[in-house]
Amino acid sequence: MTGRVVGIDLGTTNSLVAYMQGDAPVVIPGVDGSNLVPSVVALDAPPADGGRPTVTVGNTARKALIETPERVIYSVKRLMGRGLEEIHNELKLFPFRLADDVEAGEVPRIQLGELKFTPPEISAYILRQLKRNAERFFGAPVTQAVITVPAYFNDAQRQATKDAGRMAGLEVLRLVNEPTAAALAYGLDRAKEGTIAVYDFGGGTFDISILKLRDGIFEVQSTNGDTHLGGDDIDNLLLAIALDEIHAEHGVNLRSHPSAVQAVRKAAIEAKIKLSTEMVAHFDIELPNGDRYQREISRAGFELLIEPVLERTAGPCKQALADAGITAEQVDEVVLVGGSTRIPAVRQLVDELFRLKARGKKPHTELNPDEVVALGAAVQADILAGASKSTEELLLLDVTPLSLGIEALGGTVARIIQRNSTIPASATEHFTTGVEGQTNVAIHVVQGERELAADCRSLARFDLKGIPPMSAGLPRIEVKFLIDADGILKVTAREQRSGQAAKIEVKPTYGLTDEQVESMILDSFDHAEEDFAARLLIEARNEAETILSLVDSAPQKPAWQHLTGEEHAAIAAARDRLAAVKVGSDSAAIREATLALDHATRRYAELMMDAAVSTAMRGKTMDAAGEELGEAINAPHPMAAAEFK
Amino acid sequence: MLKVIDSAVPIACWSCSIGHNDSTLFCPHCSKIQPPPGGDFFQVFGLARGFQIDLGALETEFHRLSRKVHPDRFARAGENEREWSLADTALLNDAYRTLKEPLNRTEYLLKLEGAEIGEEHSGKDRTDPSRVPADLLEEVFDLNMQLEEMRMAHKMGEEDPDLQASLTAAKDKFNGLLEAVDKDLHGEWQVWDAGDSAARQAAQKTMVALLDRRRYLSNLVRDVTETLGA
Repeated sequence: MTGRVVGIDLGTTNSLVAYMQGDAPVVIPGVDGSNLVPSVVALDAPPADGGRPTVTVGNTARKALIETPERVIYSVKRLMGRGLEEIHNELKLFPFRLADDVEAGEVPRIQLGELKFTPPEISAYILRQLKRNAERFFGAPVTQAVITVPAYFNDAQRQATKDAGRMAGLEVLRLVNEPTAAALAYGLDRAKEGTIAVYDFGGGTFDISILKLRDGIFEVQSTNGDTHLGGDDIDNLLLAIALDEIHAEHGVNLRSHPSAVQAVRKAAIEAKIKLSTEMVAHFDIELPNGDRYQREISRAGFELLIEPVLERTAGPCKQALADAGITAEQVDEVVLVGGSTRIPAVRQLVDELFRLKARGKKPHTELNPDEVVALGAAVQADILAGASKSTEELLLLDVTPLSLGIEALGGTVARIIQRNSTIPASATEHFTTGVEGQTNVAIHVVQGERELAADCRSLARFDLKGIPPMSAGLPRIEVKFLIDADGILKVTAREQRSGQAAKIEVKPTYGLTDEQVESMILDSFDHAEEDFAARLLIEARNEAETILSLVDSAPQKPAWQHLTGEEHAAIAAARDRLAAVKVGSDSAAIREATLALDHATRRYAELMMDAAVSTAMRGKTMDAAGEELGEAINAPHPMAAAEFK
Repeated sequence: MLKVIDSAVPIACWSCSIGHNDSTLFCPHCSKIQPPPGGDFFQVFGLARGFQIDLGALETEFHRLSRKVHPDRFARAGENEREWSLADTALLNDAYRTLKEPLNRTEYLLKLEGAEIGEEHSGKDRTDPSRVPADLLEEVFDLNMQLEEMRMAHKMGEEDPDLQASLTAAKDKFNGLLEAVDKDLHGEWQVWDAGDSAARQAAQKTMVALLDRRRYLSNLVRDVTETLGA
C-alpha cells in the first residue's frame, strides 16, 4: 500500500500539516498540542564535545529569539529563491546576517551562530518538523506531500520550495497556490457554482485569485499579488516608529542591539493584534539603560499608519479583476485568508474593493484564516492520492501568475506564455544561428510583465550546444517551453535539420543545482525504517514522561480534590500501566497507554483549565474573554506568544 | 508551430498494442493515456476546422477531458504516463486557450490554412505612414498631434478640457470602428465556414486584412486611453 499524502502550509510566520480524515481535512497537532508550528529555526548552544549543534524548530526555537537572536531565523520564506542583491533590503529589517563568503550569483547563505544555511535548508528543517509531527500522529512514515506556495511566487521561489521538500525527505507531489488551496477548503462541502475571489494577506505575502467553480472544477481565471507584502511590513512600521522615538526621547539607539530590537518587535506585534479588537493599545518597554518607553497607539492612528501598506493590495485586486474580464460586482463570494485579514481596516478595504456591503454580502471567514490553506492542501493531497470518494469529482485548474518571455534583440522581451494561462502550458519557438559554423545558441528566459528583459526577473540562461556546424541561419532549433502543474518551467530542444536533440545547459539565475540539493539532504538516514522505529520509541517515551510527571504532581493541585474516588482509581490504574509499558520497546503500546492515561485525566485537565481561565479573565465579561482567548490562540507569531517573561 | 500528421495512419497503443488513429488522448480500446497526438487544436476537441464555435460546448468538453487527462489523476502513475499526462494536458490547455478567444482562434486557423499573418507590431510602427490604413491617414495624423499636445500638457501640469473632449471623441470613434471590424470578421467567419474553397480563399484574404486593421485600431485606442488616463 502506498503511504498517506499530507498537505503542508509552509508559511512565513507559521507552518501547518494537515490530512484528510474521512471526508474532512484536519490539522495534525504537534507534541505540544498546538496546530501551528511557528516558522522559526534555532541553533542550540554548541555542544561541549565540539559536535554539530542541534537544530530546533517551532515554539522551542521561538523561545530562543530574545536570548540568542543571533542563533535564530524566522520569516525565511521571504528569502526563498532570491538573489543576493534582492535580499539586501529585506535583511535591513531582520536581524539576520549573510555569511561573509557569499559571492554574487550564489544562493545566499545565512550565518546562524557558527554555521551557514541557505534559505531552502532552513525551510527543510521546518518541513522535517511537520513530517515528524505527522509520522508521530500516524505512527507510520510519511514520504509524500503537497506544499502550498503564494500564487505569485515565481519559478525560482517555487523551485526553492521543492528543493526544501527534497532536503526534508519529502517527495513533493505538487505545489499548490495558497489562495487556490483556500478555495478548495471552502468549496469542499458545498457544490457551489459561481465566481469567487480569494484575498490572501498573510505574514509576508499577498495574493489575490479569482476562480470560477463549476461541477467540482475550480478553474482559476486570474491571479495577482506581491510576494513581499504582509503582516511583517506592518510590524516593521510600528517597530520603526518605536525605535526612532526611543532614540529621540531616550538617546538610546537600539538598532545595534538585536535582542532589544526583538523585544520591541514583540511589543509591536502584540499591539497590532490587540488593535484588531480594541480601540487602543500600549507600548511599555523597559530599555537597557533602565528607562521605560511608554506610548499609546489608537486604532485610528494605527490605521493611518498602515494605510499605504493596505493600499498596495488594491492594485493587484483591480488587475486580477481586469485580467479575469469581470467587474467587482460579478464576484459572487469573497474568501479571506491569512492572519492579516483580522485587521478591521483590511476587511473595510476588501468590502470597498468588492462592494460587498452594498450588495448585502459578507466575506467568508468561517474557517480559521490561519488553517484554511493547510486544510485545502490536505484536500489536494487527497485528490492526488486518488483513493477517496469525497474528492474524486474535484479538480483544480490553476494558472501561471507571470508571463514567460525570451530576451530578443535589443533587450526587449518576446512573450511566449501569457500570465494567467492555465497550467500545464507550453510554447514552441524556433531559433537559428547568426554566424557561419556556429554550434551554440544562448537563450535568456525571463518572467514578468515589463517590456525590457532587464526589468523582468531573469529565470535562466539556456545554452543550446552541439548544433551541427552549418551556414548561418540554416539550423532550425526547436525549443519547447513547458510550465508544469507546479508552475515550474521545463525546457527541451531539438535541431530539426539534423534531428539531433540539442544538449541544453541550464544556468538558473537564482537557485541551487541538483548536486547542491543532494548534498543538503537532511540526515539522509532519516527515512530508513529502523531509525524511524527508534525515533518513534524515543518520542513515545518522551511523551509518556511528560504526562507521568504531570500526573505525579497532580495530587498537590486543588483541582485534584474535585475528582471522585472512582476517577482517582482510574487514573492510578492507567498511570501504573503506562509506567510498566514505558520500559519496553513497543512504541505503539506506549502511545496507547499514554492516550489511555490522557483520557483518564481529561476531567482533571478541564478543571485545571477552568481554574486558569477564571484567574486570567477575572473582571471581564465572558464574551470579551472568549474573544481575547480566541485571538490569542489563533494568531501566534514568532514573537507574539505570552511565553516570554 | 504544429506538424500535421496524416491521421489515416494508425499508431499502436503502447499498452494494448492495438492500432488507433493518431488524434486521441486515450486509447479507444484499453482507455490508457497516449502520448500527445499530432493533430491540430480542433482535433483535440474532436471538432472540424471552423471559425464559429459553440463556446459552452467547448468549455464542457474542456472540463470533461481535463478530468481524465490532468496530472492530478496521474500523480502516482508510472513515469511514462505522468510524462504524457503533462504533455497532453499542456496541449489541451493550449488548445482551449487558443480556441475560446475569438481573435486567437481566428489567427490560429488562418495560419493553419496557410495564411501569412503580420506579427504583433511594436508601438512605434504606428508612426510609419505605410502601415496606416489609407482611409484613416488624415485622422491618425491629427490624433498623433493631439496626443503629443496632451502629453506636453500633462508634463506641464496643465489641463486642456477642449483637447480632453476631442481625444475622448476620437477614442469613441475608433472604438466604433473596432466594433465594425469585429462585425465584418463575424461575416467572413460565416462565409468561410459555409463556403467552398474559392470562397474560403477570398474570406481568408479579407480576414488577414481585417486583423491587421484591428490590431492597428486597438493600439490606437490603447494609446489614447493611456494618455487620457495619465
